[in-house]
Amino acid sequence: MLDMTTKDIKERSGITINPCKTCEPVGAMFCALGVHKCMPHSHGSQGCSSYHRTVLTRHFKEPAIATSSSFTEGASVFGGRSNLNTAVKNIFDMYDPDIIAVHTTCLSETIGDDVGSYILDMEIPEGKYVIHASTPSYEGSHIQGFSNMMMGFINYLSKQTGTKTGITALFPGWVNPGDCRELKAIAKAMEVPVTMFPDFDNTMDSPMTGHFEYYGAGGTPIPEIGRLGDASSVIALGKFASGESFDLMQKKFHISGASLPMPVGIALTDRYIMALRKISKKEVPSGLEAERGRLVDLLMDATSYTYKKTVAIFGDPDIVYSLTSLCLEMGMIPRYVVTGTPKSEFETLTRELIDSYNLEETCEVKADTDLFWLHQKIKNDEVDLLLGSSYGKYIAKAEDIPFVRAGFPVLDRYGATIQSVCGYKGGVYLAEKIIDALLSRYDRDVADEDFECVL
Amino acid sequence: MREREELLDKYTAKVYKNRKQHITQLEFGAEPDTITANTRAIPGTMTARGCCYAGCKGVVVGPLKDVAVITHGPIGCAFYSWGTRRNKAKNDPESDNKNFVPYSLCTDMRPTDIVFGGEKKLEKAIEEVIDIFHPKCIMICSTCPIGLIGDDVQAVAKRTEAQYGIKTIGFSCEGYKGVSQSAGHHIANNGLMRYIIGTGDKKPVGKFTVNLLGEYNIGADGWEEERILKRCGIDVVSVFTGDGSYETLQNAHLADLNLVMCHRSINYVAEMMKTKYGMDWIKVNFIGVGATCKSLRMIGKYFDDPELIARIESVIAEETESIREDMENYKAKLKGKTAGIFVGGSRAHHYQLLLRDLGMETIMAGYEFAHRDDYEGSAIRPFIKSDADTKNIEEITVEPDPEKYRTRYPEEMLVSLQKDGVELDAYTGMIPDMIKGSMVVDDYNFLEVDQLGKIMKPDIIFSGIKDKYSTMKDGIGSRQLHSYDYSGPYSGFRGAVIFARDVAMSIYTPTWRLVKAPWKNTPLLTGTISGGEKHA
Ligand code: SF4
Ligand code: SF4
Repeated sequence: MLDMTTKDIKERSGITINPCKTCEPVGAMFCALGVHKCMPHSHGSQGCSSYHRTVLTRHFKEPAIATSSSFTEGASVFGGRSNLNTAVKNIFDMYDPDIIAVHTTCLSETIGDDVGSYILDMEIPEGKYVIHASTPSYEGSHIQGFSNMMMGFINYLSKQTGTKTGITALFPGWVNPGDCRELKAIAKAMEVPVTMFPDFDNTMDSPMTGHFEYYGAGGTPIPEIGRLGDASSVIALGKFASGESFDLMQKKFHISGASLPMPVGIALTDRYIMALRKISKKEVPSGLEAERGRLVDLLMDATSYTYKKTVAIFGDPDIVYSLTSLCLEMGMIPRYVVTGTPKSEFETLTRELIDSYNLEETCEVKADTDLFWLHQKIKNDEVDLLLGSSYGKYIAKAEDIPFVRAGFPVLDRYGATIQSVCGYKGGVYLAEKIIDALLSRYDRDVADEDFECVL
Repeated sequence: MREREELLDKYTAKVYKNRKQHITQLEFGAEPDTITANTRAIPGTMTARGCCYAGCKGVVVGPLKDVAVITHGPIGCAFYSWGTRRNKAKNDPESDNKNFVPYSLCTDMRPTDIVFGGEKKLEKAIEEVIDIFHPKCIMICSTCPIGLIGDDVQAVAKRTEAQYGIKTIGFSCEGYKGVSQSAGHHIANNGLMRYIIGTGDKKPVGKFTVNLLGEYNIGADGWEEERILKRCGIDVVSVFTGDGSYETLQNAHLADLNLVMCHRSINYVAEMMKTKYGMDWIKVNFIGVGATCKSLRMIGKYFDDPELIARIESVIAEETESIREDMENYKAKLKGKTAGIFVGGSRAHHYQLLLRDLGMETIMAGYEFAHRDDYEGSAIRPFIKSDADTKNIEEITVEPDPEKYRTRYPEEMLVSLQKDGVELDAYTGMIPDMIKGSMVVDDYNFLEVDQLGKIMKPDIIFSGIKDKYSTMKDGIGSRQLHSYDYSGPYSGFRGAVIFARDVAMSIYTPTWRLVKAPWKNTPLLTGTISGGEKHA
C-alpha cells in the first residue's frame, strides 16, 4: 500500500500529492442543502456538479441533488448568462424548489461571469428566490466555499426591521445531521430558542418512508433566514466555516454573541454551553451536567489506555482543531495536526491550544499541506492512532496504524452522519471509538498468554 | 406509447421538444427505432453526465498504474477522481512495482497561477514528481480553467520529454469540451494512439494473444476475464486500461486480436489500430454466462484452431457446470422480475444479457454519454450528424504503418467470419437486444429516473451513486453498476453468481419489511359501537 511514498521528505512547491482538502463549490453546494426546499446550482460545466453530488452522496448515503449550467465550449467563450437563465427556468419547472442557490466554479470565475447581475436581470417566479455566492475553486478550500455560500444567503435574504425576534442565530459550521440535532438539543435544554442555519437535520439524513421526496422535511426555512437580521444574538461554531458569517452579522446587523470552535470534547462543549447560559441567563440543567460528568468519568477511567498515546489528526480546520482538543483532554499527544485548507490562522490557534497543555513532547501543526506529507512524517516518527477522513485508510493500512474515521468525507462506513461528535454525547461516541481502536490493536498484537478479558 | 407520453408530460414545451428525441419506447415496427444522442445536455435538468476530464483522466488514463497522471488545475477535480472508481490494480514487477492508483497528483492552482499562467507551476510539479517517483511515463490532464488561461500542456509535455527523457503526454481535456465524458474518452484514445501504442517491441509469448480494450477492472472484472481466457490458452498482452500499464500498452500492436468490452470509451483505439496495424477487433461481452460463452466461441472461430476451439468448449462446460446449481437457485428467486439500467455507455447493454440469464427482463435502459451507434449499432454511423460540439474534438487520422501493418486474413475471410456470427469490426448496439415496449432514454436526468421508477415499476434499478438512494427511498431495489457497491467481480462465470447474489439481496433483504411502521396501519382508537360490530 502506498509503496512509492518515500521516507525522505523533500520541500515541494509544485505538486500536491493526496490532498487534504477539496474545492470551494462543493462547500457551497453542501451549505445550500441545509436550507429548506433549496436547489443548489453549479454555474460551470456539469462535471463539477456531478463530482460534488457524488462525494456528498457517498458521505451522507443520501441523494444530494444539485443542478448545473452545463457549460460547453461556446458558453466558456461567450459567457454563461443564457445557460443560467435556461437552467433557472428549467429548475423551477422540473424540481419546484423555493429557492435556487447558485455558486460559481473555477470556469465561470476564470471567464469572469457576473452572476450577481445575471440574477438581477432574471425573471424569477413570484414567491421564489435565486441567490448566489462566488466560489472560485483556486482559492481557499471547500470550507471557504461553505462560508461564502452562508454569507450569500445572509446577504441576499436577511433583513433588519429593528424588532428583535428574541431568537439566537446558531451557525453549526460544517457538520453532520447528527451534530445539528445534538446542538439544537443542547440549546433547547438551555432554553435558548435558536434558528440553526444551515441545518442538515432531516435533509441529509431523511428517513426511509417508501416515498422519495426531492426535499427533506428539514433545512432552515427561508423566512427564518430572512429574520436573521433581527436575531437577538449569534453563536457561530467553527471559526473557519462560520467565522466570517459571524463577522457579517456583527457588521451588517450589529448583532453580537460568540464565535466558538466546534464543541467537541469537554472544554469546547463547556464553552458552547457557557455562551448559551449567558444568553438565557438560566442555570445549566442537571441532565446536561450529568452528561458532562459521565464523559469526564469515561475519559478518566480510560486514561491508562490513552495517556501519552500519539495521534495524527487530519482533515478540515474546524473539526481538526476540536478533535485535537478532545485528544488532549484524553492525555494523548497530538503528534501531527494537519489540514489542507490554506489558512495560517489554523496553525496559530492550534498551537495555542496545544501549548496550553504544556506538553514535553513536540507536536507539529501544519496548514496548507497534504496527506503525502503526513504519511512521510509518520514514516519517520510513527504514531499510535490516526484520526481523520476515509482517505486516511491508505496510510493506516500502509503503516498498520489503528484508524478512527471522523470529519469529511467518510465514504467507506455507514452511520457516522446520523451520530453526533458534538456535545458531551458526541464526546462519549468519539472517546468510545478511540479507546476501542487502541485496545483492539493491543488485543490483536498481544501474545496468547497476555490476552486478557479484564482491564 | 403510453409510458413515454406519461414521462414526457412532465415537461414544458421547450424541454419537451428536446427530450422527446432522446426518449424512445421500442416498437420494432416497420420503421427502425431511432434515438438522438451525444448532444448538449439542457442546463438545469440535473443530467447524470460528467465532463471531459472525467472521461479522459477518470475513465481512460487514470487506471494506468505505472503512469504518474498529474491533474493540472485547482484541487477539486483531482480530489474527486481519487480512488473513487474501483479500477483495481496490482503491483507487478513488469511495471517496476510502480502503482499510482492509490495516489492523486495535482498542481493545486492558486489565484496567482490563474492570473499569470500555470505552466511554471506545472513544470515545477513535474520536476518534483520525477524526483520523488521516477516514473516511466507522465500524463498531464487539464481541467476547466487551463485552456482559458492559455496554458499549453502539450508544449510542457514536449519540453519535459526533451529535458528528462521521460515519455510525457499532455491532454487538453478541459471539463467544458464536448458534451459529456465521451469527449474525454476520444481525447485520451488519441493520445494513447499517437504516443504509446506501437512504441514497444516486446513480442508476446503465447500462440493466441489479445488485448482487452475498454475493460477497467472495476471490482476485478478484468481479472476474472483474464482467468477464463488463460484457461482457454489465450494470453492477454495489454488491458486498456484497468490494471493496465504504459509498459504493456506499448506492445499492444503486437497482439493478434483486439477484444472490445466498453465500445463507447475505446472504439477509437480499436478502429485506429485496425487501420494502422491491420488488427481486427471483436466486440465481446463478458457480462453474463451466455454472453461470455458466445464471446469465447467468437474468439475460437476467429483463430480457427481446432485445438483452441476444443479447449474453449471444455472450459465452457466446466465453468458453467461449476456455477450451475447457484445460478439455478438464484434464477428461481429472480425469474420474472424486471429491471431498469442507467449507466454510462456500455453496461446498460451488457447487463441486460446477464439479467436474462437470471430470468429477468430489462424494461428500461439508458446511457449517460453514448452515441447513436451504441444504441442502434455501427450501421447507423454514416447517418450521424456531426455538430459543433463534436467538431471541436480532434479527430486523428492514421495511415497503415509501413513496417508494422499486417493482416491476419484476407477481406473475404473476414466477411465469412462475420456471416458466421463473429462480431468483427462492428457493434450491433443495445436496442436489438431489447424487447418491445421497453423504454430507452439517452442522457437521462434525475427527474426521469425517479419518474420512470414510478411509471414502469421495475423491481430493481441499476444506476450510479447519484440515483441510488433516491431509488431505494422510493421502495425500489438498487445496485450501483459503475462501482458495484464494493462488490464484484460481476463478469465471466464466477462474477455472474456474485451478481445474482447481490441482486437477490437487494430485492429480498428483510429490511424492506420494516419500512412501514406498525402504527401506520393500526388505528389509534378502536372501539365498539352499538350493534356490536367492531369498527376502526
Ligand atoms: S476544481 Fe474547478 S473544475 Fe474541478 S470540480 Fe472544482 S470547480 Fe469543478
Ligand atoms: S463501461 Fe460505462 S462507466 Fe465504464 S468506461 Fe464504459 S461507459 Fe464508462
